[in-house]
Amino acid sequence: MSGEPGTWDGRADSATLEPPTEYVLALADDALVLAHRLGEWIASAPQLEEDVALANIGLDLLGQARSLLTYAGELEGAGRDEDDLAYLRDERDFRNLQIVERPNGDFGSTIARQLAFSAYQVELYGRLRSSDDPTLAAVAGKAIKEVAYHRDHATQWVLRLGDGTEESHRRMQAGLDEIWPYVAEIFDPWPVVDKLVGVGVDPTTLRDSWSKYLSAVLTEATLTMPEPTFHGRGGRRGLHTEAMGYLLAEMQHLNRAHPGATW
Amino acid sequence: MSRDWPLWEVFIRSRRGLSHIHAGSLHAPDATMALRNARDVYTRRQEGVSIWVVPAASITASSPEEKDSFFDPAGDKVYRHPTFYDIPDEVRNL
Repeated sequence: MSGEPGTWDGRADSATLEPPTEYVLALADDALVLAHRLGEWIASAPQLEEDVALANIGLDLLGQARSLLTYAGELEGAGRDEDDLAYLRDERDFRNLQIVERPNGDFGSTIARQLAFSAYQVELYGRLRSSDDPTLAAVAGKAIKEVAYHRDHATQWVLRLGDGTEESHRRMQAGLDEIWPYVAEIFDPWPVVDKLVGVGVDPTTLRDSWSKYLSAVLTEATLTMPEPTFHGRGGRRGLHTEAMGYLLAEMQHLNRAHPGATW
Repeated sequence: MSRDWPLWEVFIRSRRGLSHIHAGSLHAPDATMALRNARDVYTRRQEGVSIWVVPAASITASSPEEKDSFFDPAGDKVYRHPTFYDIPDEVRNL
C-alpha cells in the first residue's frame, strides 16, 4: 500500500489498448462510475430537492460518459459500442480513478468527493477544449458548463456545512478526511498522455489551479485540507478498491442477465 | 441538517420579453440554494432563461373570505374593457 505510483504495475493484467483509446476510455469510466454513484442517492438525499440535484449531476456525467464511450469504441475499431463498453467489461478493464468508485458514505462524504472531483473536471475540460482532437474538444466544450455547475453545487454545500453547526462542520470535515486519500491519484503522472501531446491533458499540470480553488473554498468554510498518509492508486491501470466489484455487479447485472434488453 | 427548511416560491421567465410566471415552490436553506434547487427542479427541460425565488412567508395573499368584496364589484363593469372604440381601418396594430 505504499504511495509510489507504479508500485503495482506487475499485477495489472488488463487488456492493452492504443493510447488514444486508453485515454478516452479512462475519462469515460470516471464519468460513468460517478454517475452510477450519484444515482444511488435518488430517494435517499436529505431533501427531495437534493435528490433531483444529485440526479441531474449524475445525468450530466452519464451524458459525458456516453459520448466518450462511443468515441472510445470508434477509436478502438473492434465494433464495441457504448453499451458493450459499459456493461461487458470486467473490473480490471475499467480505467476510472478510485475516487469515483468510493462508496457514497453520508451526504458530507459525497459532497467532499463532488467538490474534489468536479473541481478537477473543470480544470480538465477547460484545457481539453483546445485539444487537437476535434471530438474531445467538442465533448469538453459542452461538458465544461455542466461541471462548472457541479463545482458550484458542491462549493455551496461545503460552505454551508463547514461553516454551519458544530455537527455539520464535524461531518463535513470527516467527509473530506474519508475521501482525501483518493485525491492524489487524480494528479499522478500518466504515461498515456505522454504519447498524446496536444490531444490529452497531463493531469500533473492541473494540480496547482485545483489546489488554489480548493484552498479558498475550504478556508472560507473553516475546514482543514486533509493530509492523508495513505494514498489509493492504480485505477488508471485497472486496479480498484473492493467497492468497485459491487458497483459493477449492480450496474451490469441487468444487461448481463438479459443481453440486449431495452425498455 | 434541519429538515424544516423554509418554503420558497419559484418564478420562471421562459424567454426574453415575457414576464416571470409562478412555476411552483420548493424547500431550501437559503436564497442562494433556493435558486440552485429551482434550476434543478424547474428548468431541467429548458423551461427558462431567468429565475426568481421569493420566501413564501414574504408573500401577502388575498384571502378566500375577501373574495366577494375584492373581485365581484368588477363583474358588472364591462365599460372598463377597451371594446367600445371604433378603430379606423388604417390602424393595423392596436
